[in-house]
Amino acid sequence: MDTPATSAAMTAATAAAVTPGALHGMNIIAAIKASGIEYVLSVPDITTSAGLLAPITQDKELRLIRVCKEDECIGIATGLAYSGKRALTLIQHTGFLDSINAIRGVAVEYKQPICMMIGLLQHDPDLPPRASPRYGVRIVEPILDDMGVVHHLIGTDADVAKIEPAIETAYARSEPVAFLIGRSPI
Amino acid sequence: MMKRDECFRVLARHITDEAVVATYSSAVDWVEINPRPLNYTSIGAMGLDSSHGLGLALGRPDKRVVVLQGDGSLLMNLGSLVTIAAVAPKNLVHLVAHNETYEANGGHPIPSPKVDFAGLARAAGYAAAYDFSDLGVFAQQAAHVLERDGPVFATLHVEPSKPLIYDYPSLYDPAKRKAFKAAWQG
Repeated sequence: MDTPATSAAMTAATAAAVTPGALHGMNIIAAIKASGIEYVLSVPDITTSAGLLAPITQDKELRLIRVCKEDECIGIATGLAYSGKRALTLIQHTGFLDSINAIRGVAVEYKQPICMMIGLLQHDPDLPPRASPRYGVRIVEPILDDMGVVHHLIGTDADVAKIEPAIETAYARSEPVAFLIGRSPI
Repeated sequence: MMKRDECFRVLARHITDEAVVATYSSAVDWVEINPRPLNYTSIGAMGLDSSHGLGLALGRPDKRVVVLQGDGSLLMNLGSLVTIAAVAPKNLVHLVAHNETYEANGGHPIPSPKVDFAGLARAAGYAAAYDFSDLGVFAQQAAHVLERDGPVFATLHVEPSKPLIYDYPSLYDPAKRKAFKAAWQG
């Protein structure tokens, strides 16, 4: 039986089987490649380190740019977008919070297609982020809502099907999008 | 010690189809001296100019990118020196106007006027780094700085300028961003 996660992205040769209650990094990677992403801009995040960033470092189709501070990603992604290239910013929610002014100025006010994948550090995947006992996690979605940034929670493989259409929409409308990674990918 | 606008007049003699990324006082001087579609002045957040420049350089390796950054801006994004050096775009020229002040924010001094920006760039791993304090020497070397394989860095030791008029609505005009994108992708 088809599920939302059996999209074109999921049928890519590198994708892993869809497992209820699990999140496979290879499925996320297949989805971002299917979205036309060529560059991944990142400061390491422990939530996505082993299951997502590590395989990206080995992927020949994605170019990883390691930056020193997360707001650099916003400028680099914009320069790439002006050049017709797509990029994904892969950071931790603390780096997102540190980059608010860049996201405000570039992504929101200048309406640039900044695509962010944000690891929720120490988040309990069985809770919605707004109900997290951790203040830093709890405020992420309300901040994105106040900024008018579209966001999607990626907690299991079934959620991965949201990625490709959301990135396509972000570039088509020239607007930012955020994917909140609520569980460490395996 | 040089004057920034005089340095930029020298620079303008050598600029053809490069993207020129400039902000604040550097942008005010540059767009007055050399108004053109390939000027990129919508940075969105102070300090991100060097990161925008890196994204443009990555996105169009067949073209050259010149970043005109202020010392206060670079201090807000010093890590970008390391990121740029690691990526090592051959087509990026990074010039910093070192007037020792936050000129656009009331002329207050930067935390230390002694900071050696070219030394930092050299230590980060730029292909070349220069200091210019004499306009005649800069005029003699400008073509070489712009043409050699990068990333190239140069500190322009300049005086604080006369009071400028910061026409931000013009610098951040969405129509100019659109024109830049068309020219850059053309």
